[in-house]
Amino acid sequence: MDKQFSQEPKGSQVIVVTSGKGGVGKTTTSANVGTGLAKLGKKVCLIDTDIGLRNLDVVMGLENRIVYNLVDVIEGSCRIKQALIRDKRHPGLYLMPSAQTRDKSAVTPGQMVKVIEHLKEQFDYIILDCPAGIEQGFQNAIAGANRALVVTTPEVSAIRDADRIIGLLEANGFKQMDLVINRLRMDMVRRGDMMSAQDVVDILAIPLIGIIPDDENVVIATNQGEPLVGSDSPAGKAYSNVVLRVEGREVPYMNFEKGISFWTRVTGIFHKA
Amino acid sequence: MRHFFRRKSSCQVAKDRLKILLISDRVNCSPEVMEMIKSDIAKVISKYMKIDADNMEIQINTKGSKGRGGSKPSLYANIPIVDVSTDLAANR
Repeated sequence: MDKQFSQEPKGSQVIVVTSGKGGVGKTTTSANVGTGLAKLGKKVCLIDTDIGLRNLDVVMGLENRIVYNLVDVIEGSCRIKQALIRDKRHPGLYLMPSAQTRDKSAVTPGQMVKVIEHLKEQFDYIILDCPAGIEQGFQNAIAGANRALVVTTPEVSAIRDADRIIGLLEANGFKQMDLVINRLRMDMVRRGDMMSAQDVVDILAIPLIGIIPDDENVVIATNQGEPLVGSDSPAGKAYSNVVLRVEGREVPYMNFEKGISFWTRVTGIFHKA
Repeated sequence: MRHFFRRKSSCQVAKDRLKILLISDRVNCSPEVMEMIKSDIAKVISKYMKIDADNMEIQINTKGSKGRGGSKPSLYANIPIVDVSTDLAANR
């Protein structure tokens, strides 16, 4: 363990969480990975880059504490420190919210790089929640990042978009891209009605960093505004593992089949009947 | 039991569809362009032999490609020949 700790890169990491398609879990992944890293004692800054449709603040449960936002910082209406919201539950965790009443053209990639350069001095990790799509919002989000988490679900539409995003990230010089497969349903995989994690990895051909099982606790956690990373739920455990892998540690993949084998056996009987 | 009656699992269908879809996405080749390539190939080949242009197929394939940019995609054309000898002889 100690050996692996010493191998950590010294400089701060700027990670963009992206997917192409909307609704696959970018914001949830950003919130959980950011919170998880803060729980490990890292200094983390989450940045919501989805201007006009901000959501990371509500997922984090910090929506009532917003005074200034990213666009205010870029336009010089406030200092960076004033826009950062400190999460009182986790020391070292900060959120830079996005502007709700503006549109994507309010920010340019060059301006994003400048803000991130300032933040790098104070944080170990900067996590950018990317908007859906491949237009200006995407360009802004990836501009200052040196690493990407590509989120997808085991569906044709999400995988197709992820493939496009990976191509664009490659074209923009990204060397480190890791795949998060979200909302996997082991019962459906066993029935042959859902692509397995291996199938998705074979198609997209980038390293896997996490498999998040479909878990209703994610919805409950979002309702409450408290990311579930570290909790005892299947998705909570899976996100904890993602966080450790982001840190560069080797963590074996959970065996989802084990947990549901009883159920699949029961439903299997019904299918046969 | 139902697995025996089902021809192909929906997972397999999804994988097969994605394989073809992503190849055309990656080489940035729209169906219209493919159609143009097809008609041009047909034109060239029919100079030398009689072919069944309506039933010809072309597609872009990767052969067991692993890793992005590892192996290059290739173009496959399946062109049914109606008659080789007569047209060849006529051209000579």
